[in-house]
Amino acid sequence: MTSVEVEPSVRVPVIADAERPAVESAVTTEAPWLEPPPLPKGAGRAQRMASSLFWGALGFVALGAIWQFASLRATTLPGPFATLSTTRELLANAFAKDGPAGQGIGLQLLESLGRVFKGFAMAAVVGIPFGFLIGTMPRFWKMCNPVIQLLRPVSPLAWFPIWLTILVKADPAAVWVIFITALWPTVINTAAGAASVPEQEHDVARVFRFSRWAEMRHIVVPHALPSVITGLRLSMGVAWMVIVAAEMLSAASGIGFFVWQSYNGPGLSYVLSAILLIGVIGVALDLAFLAVQRKLIPEVRS
Amino acid sequence: MSFEISHVWKSFLHKREAQAVLRDVTMTVDPGEFVSLIGHSGCGKSTLLNALGGLTAPDAGAITLDGEAVTGPSPDRAMVFQSYSLLPMLSLVRNVEAAVKSARRDWSRERVTAGTEKYLRAVGLWEAKDKKPHQVSGGMQQRCAVARAFAVEPRALLLDEPFGALDALTRSRLQGHLVDLWTNDSETELVVMVTHGIDEAILLSDRIVVMSNPPGPSVCEVIPVDISRPRDRVSIVDHPEFRAVQERLLALLRRDDQRQEAA
Repeated sequence: MTSVEVEPSVRVPVIADAERPAVESAVTTEAPWLEPPPLPKGAGRAQRMASSLFWGALGFVALGAIWQFASLRATTLPGPFATLSTTRELLANAFAKDGPAGQGIGLQLLESLGRVFKGFAMAAVVGIPFGFLIGTMPRFWKMCNPVIQLLRPVSPLAWFPIWLTILVKADPAAVWVIFITALWPTVINTAAGAASVPEQEHDVARVFRFSRWAEMRHIVVPHALPSVITGLRLSMGVAWMVIVAAEMLSAASGIGFFVWQSYNGPGLSYVLSAILLIGVIGVALDLAFLAVQRKLIPEVRS
Repeated sequence: MSFEISHVWKSFLHKREAQAVLRDVTMTVDPGEFVSLIGHSGCGKSTLLNALGGLTAPDAGAITLDGEAVTGPSPDRAMVFQSYSLLPMLSLVRNVEAAVKSARRDWSRERVTAGTEKYLRAVGLWEAKDKKPHQVSGGMQQRCAVARAFAVEPRALLLDEPFGALDALTRSRLQGHLVDLWTNDSETELVVMVTHGIDEAILLSDRIVVMSNPPGPSVCEVIPVDISRPRDRVSIVDHPEFRAVQERLLALLRRDDQRQEAA
């Protein structure tokens, strides 16, 4: 270890002000270079990433072990290795027009994603303005809230027969099921965000006589934006879960249909592969939303 | 130009019990005066300020500014809040401009632009005018809020712990800006400021209104600060009046403290 000598400051500047003694101490021009001790282990970004990767991988190994054990006991359940090889096979023929469970899994996933995005977009177009309305108008909120609370806990699939009766075709019915699914989290989070603008922000609008429109645009919307995006993110998450069930009910395509066809045809290794891919896409959707959130709300970064 | 506050009462429901936060407040803010409201939290100083601003209607009593009853918020009584409360999507200059435009709809474009520039320059923000609030420090945001308040050329300026969230150095600089604007560069005559800081109150005020918790009347004493302006923040502490006021304030606030502990 090298020791560093700190030289005491030699000169104290004379300050012309005779009334008061100088309080500032002199700044020495040549400060000694101090060598900081090395950073503790694991403090670097790379190390933290490596640590996350390692433990994350270990989690998957643990899952695989349990799965393998289970498949040895219950022989009807395909093990992880069989499933992975099926997955590889499915991905190789992802965009095939025909296969053991209908068209290729890539096409099925695209169909499902298309339905989810349609229903989700409809829910956003309806839900965000509606959320802002009830969030900023207390009486309207009091009027709508009981209705929302009544409908919210109902599984969106319960609506399926209604949509099917109205629309006759299964495809648009699934889209409307997603609409209902995505509607509630969007409305509720938007309303909560719009309603939680601090009183002081509204006071600013009152003091400076902002118009209702200006108050909405400059105060309520920016304030509610994080909740709106959170609502959309939740909606997307649930929508992706519900589409599988909706398509299992009666669709002629999509990942839900694929899962059901696999059960009836090629078997559980197809189902398990589908589960893996559904999970991967779910994670990707969520990460995409996080990216949007970071981009739109710079304050979140700090 | 003066505030007349006579027998103002205001109560709030707290745990199903009405609590009288403002109890028979009677006071005036005279022309050209800088008055501070000081007291422990919950003593009603912010409520009184909001009542002066027209944001809270008193249960009883009257508040007038130049004989005109205060019935609602108005740009004539511009406010600066502790949390800055700028519009997050607008640059600093657009923040001031938007406020002036909507507060003073009869002003010409030129007047709005000129006023905006004048006050942003006065608080030293002209160079940073195109930055968004989240891109600048808290001190700069609060300077912008002060510029915004002055730019609407209010008759009275109401400040709710404007420097509370700032570090000591930034606070003292902003206090300087505030006094300069008020004494030299603006039409604004009256200032009422809520504060926790004893030294800040003495440095800035002509009179300090000490407020206290129940059961007595809200205003327990009004202390004049007879120190000539301009005041220097360094040498003011040597002024005998500074010491006297400081001791009186400390005694009053401490007494309130003990009373609360006893209760």
